[in-house]
Amino acid sequence: MTITSSNPEILSELDRPNSYIGKSVPRPNLERLMQGRGLYVSDMELPRMGHVVFLRSPHAHARIAGIDVAATKGVPGVIAVVTGKELAAVITPWVGVLSHLKGLKSAPQHAIAIDRVCWQGEAVAAIVATSRAVAEDAAEIVRVDYEELEAVTDMRTALDPATPVIHPALGDNLAFERNLDAGEVDAAFASSDAVVEADFIFGRHTGVTLEPRSVVADWNAAEARLTIYQGTQAPHMVQNIAALHLGLEESQVRVVCKDVGGSFGIKVHIYADEMATYALSKLLRRPIKFVADRVESFNTDIHARDHRCRGRIGVKRDGIITAFEIDDLTGIGPYSMYPRTSAIEANQVVNLVGGPYVTRNYRARARVVFQNKNVMCQYRAVGHPIACSVTEGLVDLAAAKIGMDPVEIRRRNLIADDAYPCASPSGLRFELLSHHAAMNKLMAMMDYDALRAEQATLRNKGIYRGIGIASFIEVTNPSAAFYGVGGAKISSQDGVAIRLDAQGSVICQTSITEQGQGSESLTAQIVGSVLGVSMERVRVILGDTDNTPYGGGTWASRGAGIGGEAALQAAKILRKNILDVAAAILQSSPNELDISGNAIVNAGDGVLRMELRELARIVYFRPDTLPPGIQPELMATRHFVPREYPFAFTNGVQASWLEVDTDTGFVKLLRHWVVEDCGTLINPQLVDEQIRGGVVQGLGAALFEKCVYDERGQLTNANMADYLVPMSGEMPDIDVGHVVSPTSETELGAKGAGEAGTAGAAAAVANAANDALGPFGAVITEIPLTPQIILKALGRI
Amino acid sequence: MKAAAFAYARATSVGNALELLKAYGDRAKVLSGGQSLMPAMNLRLISPEFIVDIGELAELRGIMVTDGVVRIGALTRHVDLLTSPDIAAHAPLLTEAIAHVAHPAIRNRGTLGGSLAHADPASELPACMVALNATIIVRGQAGERRVAAVDFFKGIYETDLSAEELLISVELPVAGKNSVHYFHEFARRHGDYAIAGLAAQATVEKDVFTDLRLVFFAVGDRPVLARAATRLVNITITPPVLAAASSALSEELDPHDDQQASAAMRRHLAKVLLARGASALLNQPDLNAGGRA
Repeated sequence: MTITSSNPEILSELDRPNSYIGKSVPRPNLERLMQGRGLYVSDMELPRMGHVVFLRSPHAHARIAGIDVAATKGVPGVIAVVTGKELAAVITPWVGVLSHLKGLKSAPQHAIAIDRVCWQGEAVAAIVATSRAVAEDAAEIVRVDYEELEAVTDMRTALDPATPVIHPALGDNLAFERNLDAGEVDAAFASSDAVVEADFIFGRHTGVTLEPRSVVADWNAAEARLTIYQGTQAPHMVQNIAALHLGLEESQVRVVCKDVGGSFGIKVHIYADEMATYALSKLLRRPIKFVADRVESFNTDIHARDHRCRGRIGVKRDGIITAFEIDDLTGIGPYSMYPRTSAIEANQVVNLVGGPYVTRNYRARARVVFQNKNVMCQYRAVGHPIACSVTEGLVDLAAAKIGMDPVEIRRRNLIADDAYPCASPSGLRFELLSHHAAMNKLMAMMDYDALRAEQATLRNKGIYRGIGIASFIEVTNPSAAFYGVGGAKISSQDGVAIRLDAQGSVICQTSITEQGQGSESLTAQIVGSVLGVSMERVRVILGDTDNTPYGGGTWASRGAGIGGEAALQAAKILRKNILDVAAAILQSSPNELDISGNAIVNAGDGVLRMELRELARIVYFRPDTLPPGIQPELMATRHFVPREYPFAFTNGVQASWLEVDTDTGFVKLLRHWVVEDCGTLINPQLVDEQIRGGVVQGLGAALFEKCVYDERGQLTNANMADYLVPMSGEMPDIDVGHVVSPTSETELGAKGAGEAGTAGAAAAVANAANDALGPFGAVITEIPLTPQIILKALGRI
Repeated sequence: MKAAAFAYARATSVGNALELLKAYGDRAKVLSGGQSLMPAMNLRLISPEFIVDIGELAELRGIMVTDGVVRIGALTRHVDLLTSPDIAAHAPLLTEAIAHVAHPAIRNRGTLGGSLAHADPASELPACMVALNATIIVRGQAGERRVAAVDFFKGIYETDLSAEELLISVELPVAGKNSVHYFHEFARRHGDYAIAGLAAQATVEKDVFTDLRLVFFAVGDRPVLARAATRLVNITITPPVLAAASSALSEELDPHDDQQASAAMRRHLAKVLLARGASALLNQPDLNAGGRA
């Protein structure tokens, strides 16, 4: 199924009358959220609930010589003060490794540190009180005797013999290394007309969700059952891990996840403080609430992207790229994160560099080292921004070297649109991508030639503007190849159960989750379209391990492609079952009937035969009137997991138009364009806004966001004044266009769209800034691109 | 991020507020708009024992213009300054500067007196007060004092105000004939504290400055009334004259390093502001050797 439609909003397979597919219908949960009736964990109150505050280490690396909690005894409102040693009686430690990441090692991590703290912000004691304020008061009077140890902070020296080994039992500070050598790299460089090298530096940053991480854990001793209310992307994963480390069966743990105030990959991991909260509830036999405050969010929410990557590209005079080579180094903090590990980002960088291009010659090394900083792990577009910035930065440098237009060099090297299926040098299999169609569309949207002319005119007036282009590929719809094969109990399949209720409305339970992406909407759109039922009669239930099928949740751009397909297939079964019953009642045959507008109609002329409401009434209350032998099944369940391709790759291209004030180093973003291909668009508005949101996070990385650590491992900007998130005032208009190449692996044809925006935005901006600075001979390969860095590159300071 | 426990009183009059301040001295903090105080308390950077809330003192709110003087009550909110026709007419520098003060939610609550008493060296309003040659009126048990703005700001979060005094109002001379102003700041994001900023008020006659007050902020421990400005007064401004003033400015500034900018960068930006400011005030774009305004 290949669609190269000029109007991608109209799709063939699901283009039934009154279909919601491809339509920008409002999200069903909008009204509820807008009226302030969302169900956020932060707002939850349960009887007898205690609030936990974690006393956190002020040191990056220290031995805990003693903890004196005596002063907290008798403080009104304090329920308990619990140390790591005490909590270890209830919960076991974990090691964040996966077997398919060969050689990956990490050390056992405890819910609360016991003998030693390994980053500034690691919890050393839990203070439980009747309110957060009382717990904070008590935390101030707990005395911890620390013996400071040397902190490993610079990733570049983490492997030096003189640097202390953070976990002596591991032998060194190397968590993971991957080497790849494909094609004939040396020969390719030797035959190149030009070889260009650069060091690309990426600032460590984080996700900054509007609602911080929040958990209420409620151990019911009478039932021997733990209910966890948590803002998470993966309820079944949390269920599995909590049960495993608390010594429970999964059936003894229920995870409920209603509304979540932003996730972006921040809430797809298992955090020590959340584990401690589960354990505290079991230990103290009462509900315990933990809501991270903003400072501890900065200190403990996973960080990402702290990479230094040396890149090299070879090119012929005619623009043909001969080879890519990278040497990537990243520091992940003291532990590999659990259970997805902290080697994935570097692994993705190795996988993705050079991905859009034809060359088969590619060599890569990635090293992942431990350090005494907060843990790093997967955040929106894992590895993609690094790989894209390195690749696209190198391509622009090569173009400049041989004097070729950046668009032209890409056109000469991007994989041809008719070359699929094919594979990348790192072994990624591409089913169907559309790099050239996307580039053509981008050129038309931005009027590239006119923009170049404008740039030249302005340059004569001392105004320096730049155009940056970045092609990218994106991993979506991951199969079990992502985590399952490595031994993690993180499901790659999802399930949807749909039933017709007694008044002809539809209840749909899905294992994907909603954190604002529109999971609820896309599920209702698919189910409503297939069943011929209006969306307002479809109720979607998500985020409850007791009340949804088993599945992965929403992460890695998988909700629409995997959960959506399960919804489609379940709806088809239910539709068939309904038509079978209708045929029996109406003395017709199923293929002469259809469902449309909440009613059974003639397939041929659309004439109304029976309301679904009436059909449901008969099935549920007057089954005695049905013909003998008919047993209606008005509930259907289907599961789906991709099997043919490990990942459904998507592609796209972004462009940035910006102005650099060469006196001050300030950058003004003027416009941003994205063309992407996520296959079938279920709800174009939701896709576009996902792209825009993703771009904004990428622009944050490009210009603003950085966790600034000092040489002692202290995070020095853990607040919203000093850590600069992108704000609307600095954001440009973002135009989004689509090319549609559906995946044939599913009937729905949808691939993921959640991370495309983030994948290429920073690369486009960096290339645009360098384009603007071209007349000054300045080249910058470091983000965030601060005024300070630009002024230095210009020699102004 | 919950404030430590504190005692609280809502003052019923200025006299009542002053009594409370006398009783508690530096263990008390005055709450007006709360836009700096409350975050600091929630972060437990400060834990005052006693909060004196002056929010209900209507007598401290409002803008009045009489006899060539603009009088602004300490509790006047930023948003009221921003939308006041009197301020736009008589102190347009302030109208322009207020738009750079944080964001609408903060401007809706933050007050002029609060900002001045807080005396963050990177904030806009103290610099404007110095540029506008304001008089700051404070009251204590012993009565009222009038302090020139240039003498009011003493250092980072430090002012001439004692723990037992209350900032009551400010008085500005109305902008005179041939009066022009310039305001610009460099901040990473709109609404952030400035990395370097300039509030300038001048009188221009026949393309010559007859009076020029250039007040730089975020480049020292308090607003800096640049002595270098004197080099630009009563003289035809040429690029060499501007360059000399720029060097003199560089000499007199002692900026700090922080995460957003090194001292060298602040110094550089101050010089860019000087060039752009002088060029804009004189409406001579060609003067700006330092780049586009």
